[in-house]
Amino acid sequence: MMPTVQDVCRHVRSKNAGPFWVTFDLFFRNREDFHRYARHPALGPATFERLFGTDPALVKQFPVKNLNMVKISCVRPAPSGGREERDMHSGQMFVRLLGVELD
Amino acid sequence: MGKECDDEVVILVPTGSLGAGAREEELEYGIAQGAQVIATDAGSTDSGAAYLALGISKNNRGAVKRDLTLMMKAASKAGIPIVVGTSGQAGGDLNLEWTRDIAVEVARELGIRPRIALLYSELSKETVKRKNAEGRIRPLAPMGPLDDATIDGCDHIVGAMGPEPFIAALEAGADIVLGGRTTDTAVICCYALMKGAPRGLSWHAGKIGECGGQSTIKTVDAAGLLLRIRRDSFEVEPLNQINTCTPESVSAHMLYENSDPFRLVEPGGVLDVTHARYEQVTPRTVRVMGSEWEEMPYTMKLEGAAAGQYQTLMLIGIQDPVVLNDLETFQTKMTKTLYDRVHSTIGEAAGNFHISLRLYGWNAVSGAQPKAGTPPPPEIGVLFVATADTQDMANQIAKACNPKFFHMYMPAHHEMPSYGFAFTPADIPRGPIYEFKLNHVVECDDPMELVRTVWVDLSLEEAA
Repeated sequence: MMPTVQDVCRHVRSKNAGPFWVTFDLFFRNREDFHRYARHPALGPATFERLFGTDPALVKQFPVKNLNMVKISCVRPAPSGGREERDMHSGQMFVRLLGVELD
Repeated sequence: MGKECDDEVVILVPTGSLGAGAREEELEYGIAQGAQVIATDAGSTDSGAAYLALGISKNNRGAVKRDLTLMMKAASKAGIPIVVGTSGQAGGDLNLEWTRDIAVEVARELGIRPRIALLYSELSKETVKRKNAEGRIRPLAPMGPLDDATIDGCDHIVGAMGPEPFIAALEAGADIVLGGRTTDTAVICCYALMKGAPRGLSWHAGKIGECGGQSTIKTVDAAGLLLRIRRDSFEVEPLNQINTCTPESVSAHMLYENSDPFRLVEPGGVLDVTHARYEQVTPRTVRVMGSEWEEMPYTMKLEGAAAGQYQTLMLIGIQDPVVLNDLETFQTKMTKTLYDRVHSTIGEAAGNFHISLRLYGWNAVSGAQPKAGTPPPPEIGVLFVATADTQDMANQIAKACNPKFFHMYMPAHHEMPSYGFAFTPADIPRGPIYEFKLNHVVECDDPMELVRTVWVDLSLEEAA
């Protein structure tokens, strides 16, 4: 079985970064998983476009080595509070990342 | 005044946001540790544009008054100033004046006469248009260039202040500085910068402190943080004496609500923590070194909020297995049925309307269909959201949809179902949508250019 994000991370979270951006923090279990998965293509712009409808050109990835984590930020599909807002603070968006498969 | 030397600046952050719940014992501890200033943020854009558009607070008045009372009592006794950023949640003029009135009321109740400086950073549309015409407003991704129509469409526009207006007010003798919109970081670090503490360390400490105790490990419920900024490092300690800070809890906070974990753009520069180092110095305290400040031309971030279309809600609960066993069909059929109903009853007059159904308990939060084979939930709540150009039209759309929303058949129904309304009347006018319209920065000639300082000097009342 292919590992998923929730298999290799001890903590995953999402939060608004201003009204126009959302940021995801993926804390890996250990240094080895960080090196193996922080730059994994399955955590690339295409996945964020598929899951969240975000502009892939504006997906930004920041591996943070001393915390064994990667921060991934993208533009919200719509600014906070709009007509179809479902998660004002984007605090639930991380859940859709948990099952992403990393081969 | 023995502690008041430039070798160490001690900042007491009593709470992550004014009104969230400061604690008297934490204030006492911080002051006993030599705190020279009490600093807190009082808002942000996180909870949406309504608070700026309407000029209202998210917190209730009593909660803000309670925190201000604790802070003003402690500060007055210790003879140290208070600085508050982004007053009243959004930092617009109305938000600031709401906070001012509470502070004045608290001062009278406590029998103290502080000199209060109010820093206004709301901008008129004319000022923003002028700056834009001068080519001194730049968009931030994902926004494009600003036009006059967008500026005119905003109900209120604010610029996020840096530390300089706070420093000017403190140097002019303010006991309490209430700021309009301010960067979270600037209000926490302004006192340290005034005292000449290193800029990289001060700004970084400001970022770590901006959410109060959030960068601590909370064994027990607590609110605040103590920051000690020195020549070569700063230290972070929870105000609660049971809780702890660890290098990870402190460094991870730089990630919080930031799109970039290393660089934070602020008025007049960029905080760069790429080379910051974190070490445990006591079981509760973490020391931070190596934070850098890169000077840049002075800019203020602009925020503008506006009301848009109007919404009306209805809510039903459903436990009927006929529905729960085929929620995808239910959602598709219900959406089509309701659109058809509006077209057949209201027609063209409905204008630019929209209906969205949120199946709470199934897929309301994501809006996406769950994986095939997901077992049905025991019940769902269905939130109906109609959006239209006027409140009246949104209400009319909800009323037109009511019978179908209440009774829509599924193929397996043998008689007319009745879903569980939660309220009567069933439709709830919700008011307008509020949205942020600006994500731009304005270049300033100097940090005070777009800021107005007004004094409420209660010390003068003594003589009167």
